[in-house]
Amino acid sequence: MSETIISIENLSFCYQGTEAISDISFVVNPGDYLGIAGSNGSGKSTLIKNILGILEPQKGNIRLFGQPLTSFNQWHRIGYLPQRINALNYHFPCTAAEIVQLGIKKRNPAALKTILAQMGIAHLAGKLIGELSYGEQQRVMLARALIRKPDLLIFDEPTTALDPETRDVFYTLTEEVNRTGTTVVLVTHDTGIIGKYARNLLYMDKKIIFFGTFEDFCASADMTGFFGPNSQHVICHQHDKKRNGLTWN
Amino acid sequence: MELSSILNYEFVQRAFLGGILIAAIASILGVFLVLRRFSLIGDGLSHVTFGSVAVVMLLGVSPTYITLAALPLVMLSSLAILKLTQSKRIQGDAAIGIVSSIGIAAGIILASLSGGYNLDLFSYLFGNILTVTHTEILLSLIVFFTVVATIVLFYDDLLALTFDEELALTMGVKTKRINMILFLLTAVAAVLAMKVAGIMLVSAMLIIPPLTALQLSLGFRMTMIASVLFSILSVTFGLILAFVLNLPAGGTIVLLNIFFLLLVFGVKRIMSSTR
Repeated sequence: MSETIISIENLSFCYQGTEAISDISFVVNPGDYLGIAGSNGSGKSTLIKNILGILEPQKGNIRLFGQPLTSFNQWHRIGYLPQRINALNYHFPCTAAEIVQLGIKKRNPAALKTILAQMGIAHLAGKLIGELSYGEQQRVMLARALIRKPDLLIFDEPTTALDPETRDVFYTLTEEVNRTGTTVVLVTHDTGIIGKYARNLLYMDKKIIFFGTFEDFCASADMTGFFGPNSQHVICHQHDKKRNGLTWN
Repeated sequence: MELSSILNYEFVQRAFLGGILIAAIASILGVFLVLRRFSLIGDGLSHVTFGSVAVVMLLGVSPTYITLAALPLVMLSSLAILKLTQSKRIQGDAAIGIVSSIGIAAGIILASLSGGYNLDLFSYLFGNILTVTHTEILLSLIVFFTVVATIVLFYDDLLALTFDEELALTMGVKTKRINMILFLLTAVAAVLAMKVAGIMLVSAMLIIPPLTALQLSLGFRMTMIASVLFSILSVTFGLILAFVLNLPAGGTIVLLNIFFLLLVFGVKRIMSSTR
């Protein structure tokens, strides 16, 4: 039996006494494409930061690739794309190519060339990262996440400031990567995007409201009460369109 | 007196050697601090150094060992700043402000208890590079090689941490350990730089050369080298100017640093307007 990618049991986290997530338990299996959705303040980013060890879990257990998070040492198997780089200095003295290869001990020029071309940023390779637009920086960061050929990709609201065209290219690429066997976890408040690209949905509001496949989600009538008549319809509609091979509008 | 004859004096040679070593240490560490928006840490630690010097003076430590004796308290304070910075309750700049205020307040009280502000304490406030001791040269050498070794050993980790601390964590970088090393080395650099520029101007040695180098848009390694070059040029020519024009060395060195920054700004502006 293949190893579980992420396993979370009874995870809770508070910010100075205010509960951010409560009693979260779920499992992500190899090859999954999981979309995590919820409104602002629902704890999506807190959950991701707990999974990645950026925030220290206060209660509960997290295992990555079968290893407890506290002793996890296979970080090369994870590619992470944050919403944005914190406090990036305009003069940060690294080129896009250097950022893509950040943390890679054994440099591979051929792999670098391929990934830069795939992301459409080959012409930006020699430019300083701070001089690039936000969309270009995100593509550099995606290339950085992908070049290690990780087994798990985690995206935390990665396309917030991207134009619709670039956004679509971005998600199509995540879908292709997932098809090759990489597990993808995507956090977004855009339920339509999840409906189109992800296979499973975790909807949260500090606690898990729904976790399962889209088929189950769309079939569950009691979810309408929580999401309102529109949101569930949008998710299921986009999912059905995708499944039936219709184009995305 | 001729410059060449001045250079024959051992204390002048020590001043040049010590100044160059300390300039190199501060300007390398400064690159990481400026990029991580910790520029004011030098200011905070220099204020703590003032308090720390006042403590060791009150304890009657010999002037030869004052720098060495002041170190532990400043290193502890750097760890306190790091801890406060990581706390979600206090922002980084406020954390530096708190520790800085404690340093100055304690220094004023202790200086007053020890019989007022004597000449020695003033020499630390405004720097006196001509009083660099053999012990301080040795300490500077050790710290210089430690800084170079740290960068060689942890280059990738330091680069990732400087780029984005959260991202570095997800790459398996031991961010707590690297931060601790960086802050402790900065504490030692701040204490040493006190001798060159004085407590009032320590942060200038940490901030201005890296800022000048960053304007050149070079790679990370070249930025560190350029930062060191600007800093060494400022110390060397600053000392010469100070001797020739009979000016205070600390202030002259810092103003030369500013001169190089403005020069680079000017050249950049001219180059961009002619494009």
